[in-house]
Amino acid sequence: MERETMQHMLRGMLLSRAFEERAAEEYSKGNIVGFLHLYPGEEAVAAGVINATGPSDYIVSNYREHAHALVRGTPARAVMAELFGRSTGMSGGMGGSMHMFDRERRFMGGYAIVGQTCPIAIGIAYAIAMRGLPELVVSFLGDGAVNQGTFHESLNMASLWRLPVLFVCENNHYAIGTEIHRHSAVPEVFKRIAAYNIPAEKIDGMDVLKVYNATRQALDRIRRGGGPQFIECETYRYRGHSMADPGTYRPAVELKAYQNWDPIAAAIREVEFQYPTPNELAEIGPDNIKLFADHLIDGEHLAEAEVEELKQDVQKIVDDAVAFALQSAQPSMDAAWGHLNVNRHHEVLM
Amino acid sequence: MSQELLYWQALNRAMDHEMAADESVFTLGEDVGLYGGSYRVTEGLFAKYGEWRVRDTPISENSFTGLGVGAALVGMRPVVEIMTINFMLLALDSIINGAAKIPFMSGGQFKMPLVVRVPGGIARQLAAQHAQRLEHTLMNVPGLRIAVPATPQDAYWQLRQAIASDDPIIVLEHELLYFTKGQVDLVAEAPPMHRAAVRREGRDLTIVSYSRHAVLAQEAANELAKENIEAEIIDLRSLKPIDWDTCAKSLEKTHRLLVVEEDCRFAGAGAEIVATLTERCFYSLDAPAQRLAGLDIPTPYNGALEAATIPQIPDIVAAARELCRPAPETKAV
Repeated sequence: MERETMQHMLRGMLLSRAFEERAAEEYSKGNIVGFLHLYPGEEAVAAGVINATGPSDYIVSNYREHAHALVRGTPARAVMAELFGRSTGMSGGMGGSMHMFDRERRFMGGYAIVGQTCPIAIGIAYAIAMRGLPELVVSFLGDGAVNQGTFHESLNMASLWRLPVLFVCENNHYAIGTEIHRHSAVPEVFKRIAAYNIPAEKIDGMDVLKVYNATRQALDRIRRGGGPQFIECETYRYRGHSMADPGTYRPAVELKAYQNWDPIAAAIREVEFQYPTPNELAEIGPDNIKLFADHLIDGEHLAEAEVEELKQDVQKIVDDAVAFALQSAQPSMDAAWGHLNVNRHHEVLM
Repeated sequence: MSQELLYWQALNRAMDHEMAADESVFTLGEDVGLYGGSYRVTEGLFAKYGEWRVRDTPISENSFTGLGVGAALVGMRPVVEIMTINFMLLALDSIINGAAKIPFMSGGQFKMPLVVRVPGGIARQLAAQHAQRLEHTLMNVPGLRIAVPATPQDAYWQLRQAIASDDPIIVLEHELLYFTKGQVDLVAEAPPMHRAAVRREGRDLTIVSYSRHAVLAQEAANELAKENIEAEIIDLRSLKPIDWDTCAKSLEKTHRLLVVEEDCRFAGAGAEIVATLTERCFYSLDAPAQRLAGLDIPTPYNGALEAATIPQIPDIVAAARELCRPAPETKAV
């Protein structure tokens, strides 16, 4: 792998982490309202998958999608401004945390109905197949989505018509508060995919290189006409389902188990299921991001000073994004009506 | 240039015309391909355009409708056929949470040139799960548009207009209209898609209706004329948006309003029509606006009972007669 790609991935992970922790802070200040589902812990998936795609590929995401947009290349300013509900946000302040769209980057939306990404993704893939284009679609979904009808219906159609779509299951083990052994009769998600004659594999979603390589291979198979593919990334969210969720359903022993990956879990344990404060989060030890950074340093792909520089760099980007959002105008009701009627401008209705 | 066509044939011509003109138009649904469509609307298209443009789907309403939403996001013009409106309940997530909202919640970044064709209404003894009206459900969804063609000509025009539009449009086709005949001019310029049509001019009352009941209302008007009651018949043609101007203009002339609908009375389509027209035309009205609607009951299988649950021509005649009866003189106390 090229040094630049690795550096780019690390940067994306650092930016995602710094962005989300700042979002949590802004949420407690009241600058961000509503539902806010944060990504810390899962960064290796976004970075590994999206960096393996090309600019002509499409991304369809769910409601935990800030990091997906950031890694895809949407400016942090536009993502943060959307969280703030401002007119300069990705969706003009109409969508918020769960509905981020960036047409230019083929980021086809964040959807808040669990499982809804699947039909939309196969629809885009159907259009690609009809037009005979060398493009494809990546559809993110969580482990909670695999029990929705749309998931199974869409896998069936994708396989029937050999549509160019990669399904990426971000298995963080929880459908909100229900652990996977309590919500799925077959907890190994990838095994269920065999029923649809779709190649599926499970990979370590905490290791960005493994995610990247598996995605590259899956996308190559799709581009060679191999039809839909499925990747299950085993990962873990360090926070609750959303900012409204204290996460008290998760046993301490489980959080401990994830210490191997990330001592943020230890911080969580220390405060007895309270969210870690920003200060506590600042004392980050060797988590998935740190492990990757160490790997790059050990392999002499990056100097330690360069990693530090990246960290400072992303922090500046996040600070700038917040300042930008705060200065941005609130959208008007006229703008809202304009978005509703955006496609009627030249049509005489009656 | 006009010719006599059945309603389904008019829809079929519209599909064929649009598919020939634009390669981004395709249709999908249960049995639309090899079988030719439950009501023959897609007959012959599979052979002509192939399986990718006339796609037989599994019985997965929510997901194949969602497939249409995804394809529309990237510039295709899908025409999704949901076999009957009863099965559309399974696809409401894709229609309401998806198609209706994506252009808006993306801040206007996306078009949604999706058409969903849905046969529905009370047909012949299909029983409760295959005979219902859901127009009120769709009318309450911001972002959707709803066409309700009552004639073969409108079926032809409005389906073509729906396909050409960049908004998501539901075309509600009445199952008892598919085999009705009418003159269709294939080249005439269509009126705007949502403009109501005055089907008959009259001076004594305005009957506002849509879909199959707009046809029944015209037959009722012929009966009423024998009693020297001249009813003006407005076929709305569209339930979202509604052409209030045409209705209001008529009420300024007739001063009486009767709304006839197949929809169930409680919170049905007619409730909205009467409420808005009463707000707008209160001082033009000589009598309280009246609704003649379906009963609030699931449709019975039994034929006589089924007929009793929705307005029939004699019911319309009686309601119009009652509405036009002069008010009894009030005695001075």
